[in-house]
Amino acid sequence: MIDLVWLIPLFPFIGFLICGVGRNVLPKAVLGTIASLAVIASFSFSLGIFFEFNSVEPVIINLFDWIKVGNVNIPFAFQIDQLSILMLLIITGIGSLIHIYSTGYMKTDAGYGKFFSYLNLFVFFMLLLVLGANYIVMFIGWEGVGLCSYLLIGFWFTNGAFADAAKKAFIMNRIGDLGFLIAVFIIIATFGSATFTDVFPKAQGMVSGDTTLTLITILLFVGTTGKSAQLPLFTWLPDAMAGPTPVSALIHAATMVTAGIYMIARSNIMFSLSPITMSIIAVIGLATAIIAAIIAITQTDIKKVLAYSTVSQLGYMFLGLGVGAYTAAFFHVITHAFFKALLFLGAGSVIHAMSNEQDMRNMGGLKKKLPITFITMLLATIAISGLPPFSGFFSKDEILANVFEHNKVLWIIGVLGALLTAFYMFRMMFLTFWGSFRGTTEQKSHLHESPFSMTIPLIILAILSVVGGFINVPEVLGGGHWLASYLAPVFEGSTSRLGELALSHSTEYMLMGISVGGVIIAIGFAYFKYVKNAHVPISDSENRSALAKISYNKFYFDEFYAAIITKPLDALSVFFYKVVDKAGIDGIVNGVAKAPIEASKGFRLLQTGNVGFYIFAMVVGVVVVLAYSFFKF
Amino acid sequence: MNLLILLFFPLVGSIAVLLNKNYAKQTALISSIITLGFAVTMLCNFLPEAGKQFVVDLPWIPQLGISFKAGIDGISMLMVLLTTGLVPLIILSGFQRTFKNPSALFALVLFMQSGLLVVFTASDAFLFYVGWEASLIPIYFIAAIWGGADRIKVTMKFFIYTFAGSLFMLLGIIYLHLQTPGNTYDIEAFYALSLDSATQGWLFWCFFIAFAVKMPVFPFHTWQPNTYAESPTIGTMLLAAIMLKMGIYGVIRWLIPVVPIGFLQWKELALILCIIGIVYASIIAFKQKDIKRLIAYSSIAHVGLIAAGVFTWNVQGVQGAMIQMINHGINVLGLFFVADIIIDRLKTREIASMGGIAKIAPKLSIAFLIILLGAVALPLTNGFIGEFLLLLGVYKFNIWAAGIAGLTIIFAAVYLLRLYKDVMQGTLNDLTASFKDIKGSEVVLLSIVCALVIIIGVYPQPVLHISESAVTELIGQVNSKLAF
Amino acid sequence: MDNITATIQVVPLNHYILLSAIIFTIGVIGVLIRRNAIIIFMSVELMLNAVNLLLTAFSAYSGDASGQVFVFFIMALAAAEVAVGLAIIVMVYRNTNSVDINVLNRLKW
Repeated sequence: MIDLVWLIPLFPFIGFLICGVGRNVLPKAVLGTIASLAVIASFSFSLGIFFEFNSVEPVIINLFDWIKVGNVNIPFAFQIDQLSILMLLIITGIGSLIHIYSTGYMKTDAGYGKFFSYLNLFVFFMLLLVLGANYIVMFIGWEGVGLCSYLLIGFWFTNGAFADAAKKAFIMNRIGDLGFLIAVFIIIATFGSATFTDVFPKAQGMVSGDTTLTLITILLFVGTTGKSAQLPLFTWLPDAMAGPTPVSALIHAATMVTAGIYMIARSNIMFSLSPITMSIIAVIGLATAIIAAIIAITQTDIKKVLAYSTVSQLGYMFLGLGVGAYTAAFFHVITHAFFKALLFLGAGSVIHAMSNEQDMRNMGGLKKKLPITFITMLLATIAISGLPPFSGFFSKDEILANVFEHNKVLWIIGVLGALLTAFYMFRMMFLTFWGSFRGTTEQKSHLHESPFSMTIPLIILAILSVVGGFINVPEVLGGGHWLASYLAPVFEGSTSRLGELALSHSTEYMLMGISVGGVIIAIGFAYFKYVKNAHVPISDSENRSALAKISYNKFYFDEFYAAIITKPLDALSVFFYKVVDKAGIDGIVNGVAKAPIEASKGFRLLQTGNVGFYIFAMVVGVVVVLAYSFFKF
Repeated sequence: MNLLILLFFPLVGSIAVLLNKNYAKQTALISSIITLGFAVTMLCNFLPEAGKQFVVDLPWIPQLGISFKAGIDGISMLMVLLTTGLVPLIILSGFQRTFKNPSALFALVLFMQSGLLVVFTASDAFLFYVGWEASLIPIYFIAAIWGGADRIKVTMKFFIYTFAGSLFMLLGIIYLHLQTPGNTYDIEAFYALSLDSATQGWLFWCFFIAFAVKMPVFPFHTWQPNTYAESPTIGTMLLAAIMLKMGIYGVIRWLIPVVPIGFLQWKELALILCIIGIVYASIIAFKQKDIKRLIAYSSIAHVGLIAAGVFTWNVQGVQGAMIQMINHGINVLGLFFVADIIIDRLKTREIASMGGIAKIAPKLSIAFLIILLGAVALPLTNGFIGEFLLLLGVYKFNIWAAGIAGLTIIFAAVYLLRLYKDVMQGTLNDLTASFKDIKGSEVVLLSIVCALVIIIGVYPQPVLHISESAVTELIGQVNSKLAF
Repeated sequence: MDNITATIQVVPLNHYILLSAIIFTIGVIGVLIRRNAIIIFMSVELMLNAVNLLLTAFSAYSGDASGQVFVFFIMALAAAEVAVGLAIIVMVYRNTNSVDINVLNRLKW
């Protein structure tokens, strides 16, 4: 069955072709079914491989020689190991649910077939990303998902702002991709290959803190800051909410944005040997987590809150990677995929019910009208806030425990971030589902619970959000750390160098107690503010306090980038074109042509027409020639 | 298959077009397809590892040491395929347009094809030079007769500019000719020369200027945007897709192997010029208002990277350049054709007055997107293979150079996606509301281009294989000269 | 022939050179300062004749006849030139009613 792994990406690709070609021909029901079935088929194959795979060594499946020039040989090959199998399951599993959900959500959209073809194409590229046996095949997927992200963010491209958001996402990803690409060049030059199974054993033999490895890992990390929306390249992700909500759930929460974490986890040996890079990753991850959380507190668009929450949670994952807690970070990838996909789909359900209204200031009191959405979203919110025994508790707690062992200051800030998370998530819940309805009567009359195609995925994801944490219950709580032992072969090289978590049980209990206590206080605070006092965020025209303003305006990152990058480059463009190109270089070229013309203008004045002058000039000429020949020779 | 048939069949076709005035387009297309057929037959009999094949060696002006010597090795084979493959597409692109005096136009196109083929196969410097200039004349007339409003001034400049460049080359060729033992123009005799480094230094510049103008490399590029913008699209395609490759081919075949020591002296400077050109042209492309001019600047940037790859003179760089020449030819042809479709329908080149076309022209928008993705080097499109190898080659030369040259993958995304957004996305306006989607020959052409973009991107090995051994051999030959 | 040579050689060569130089200078000055086309024309003839004189003198002194052959050529040429030149001047006069060369200044930039 493992030999048939190429079928896994092939199914969505076929789905893409069928939906793409038949988008105007086939009926909607058929299109949706084909697309969903393609992903479900991949999921079943992934499950099959999951149960069959029991090797410690990764299995490589070579398809064909892709690029072969000189001594550089890049085969088109897939690698199956524990890490890629888990990613396969997440992508195809959550992908299937979101496909099913989309059949309901996009029902009335004119671009139904196009949507599913893009979605299938995305799954195809995402599968290539995680299956690739070398960095180049990974890069195909890496850029391919960027393309699909571009296409899906700009799905409603007739809206110029949406098209701009798509463009921004693609370009910011490209900035990171350049880092990735150069890292790949260094890898090829250093190790003579880009294949994981060639690179990592060689890397393992290098000393810790090796300059080349540091450079490689920093550049790879630059790549991930683009894809996984970390500082300084995170600003595209909130804008990416312009896409349809299922897209936000699949691409911008559950799968694509975690590609960066996957990549670092995949290359963990190189990272473990570069302590400088690790520190940078931890600091940037934490900074992203906090800044995004602060921004999320004042946002009023329900999807924007979730987007910043995603950025923040990704920051936590990077924080985990930065302290060497690869399993914990990957654990958080899994749980986050469950509850964040659920939150987005829930938000989609709300938006659907509210006739495309996204502003929470116009919602409120929806829990009666949308009971399933409400309950599932509440479960997801509890999970993300980190209350036991929901999934988010285990994963976040494991990251924080590792951070505590590593650096106490980072841990304090990390816990603060967790409190902010709980606060803004419950703020969102309270504003949306509690209180009284604040929208128009028109909207009120249309309020309805979503169809089964949408609620069933919600329910499944809710169950996963609740129990998902049990795959990796720490020993201190009597669990078996299943995930850690399953992934052990992948992280073997790193664990042997960095060691395992070695906190006493009492310390771990204390850490859990502190964060759970803090979270409950934060929730209580949100409850008092938004339910008891029924506070509603003020409208845009009113004045905010300075701090709120900074948060509401996203720390002015976009304005800052516009001022220091976009505008100077545009000005430079005009300058280069008008001054350097037209006046400068072309001026010189035209100058060369003009020089004889100008010179001739001067010389032709000698042609006075006065015969006497000509004769005089002739005589002078003769005299000069004679004089020259006399005195010279 | 005799090489002479391949070289001169386009001339026969050209005469046939002139005689068959009522069916000029059709005759031209058939003729170019037959030429392509010859090229494909040769490809089938071609052995990549066997060096120069199909050699023709006829005395031409023996008193002066000039012979008609031509042959095809892996490098030439790719260029021949590029020329013979793209000319039918270029002719097809004119099928739904009306031209005054079409038979003259298509006859010139075929005449030019013959000149280009001579350039790409010549093994005799004199023959090379004759082909080089012979291909300039038709494009001059194409641009000057069928071009836009500003055509006379622009083509005059183009002609004088490139001609001035080639004069230096002629000087270099004659000098080298006089140095050869038997006063010959044979390329092998040129390769065998071992001149002192000062001589090689100035000879390098003689050839470099000629090739740099043709490519064009910064700062010899200012003829190019105007000429591309003012030429009829057929002319622009010929220039951008095929003719500028003469410059790159020249560097690979006639510059570096002939004056290896001169190359070694000036390698850094040439590379720096190429890399400046990449960034410079990309930045200019950001704010271009004219769609053809924008593509013209993007072409300067892309060609800068190809040239940079050649000047690194390692297998990855040169092989990247070989495949990217093909890819750039395909992509730029596609981009200019899309631009032509839009300009033909809207009667303007102003990007600002377009918008929302994707809504009513889905076929065009898909084709445009695929070609554009090829141009921004997305993996699984042809552009990625080329740029990956080129950047890898540049990286082997210097990591900073690779970093700066690599900006092209960001910048290309910026200006091309801006273009796509401004032209295809957003809302329709009065001008674009009546836009008609592509049909007939336009669909055929764009489908072929898109298919090539994807096929080469997914399975580039056959293309790479054709030139691999020729490139390795040439590099080895130069390196062995430099080794002492 | 010897007689003529001897006769010529009676006068020292310097005198011939001096004389022809003076005539030539008169010719040059005439060309330079006069504005009447006919006078200029005559001055040109003077210069030619100065040269002729010199050629004859040198020829006699060095006993080489080719100098005198040259003189015949120059005379023939001068005659032709006079014919053409005078014709031009006549035409100029007909058109401008003047032979002043300063009137003829239309051929300029």
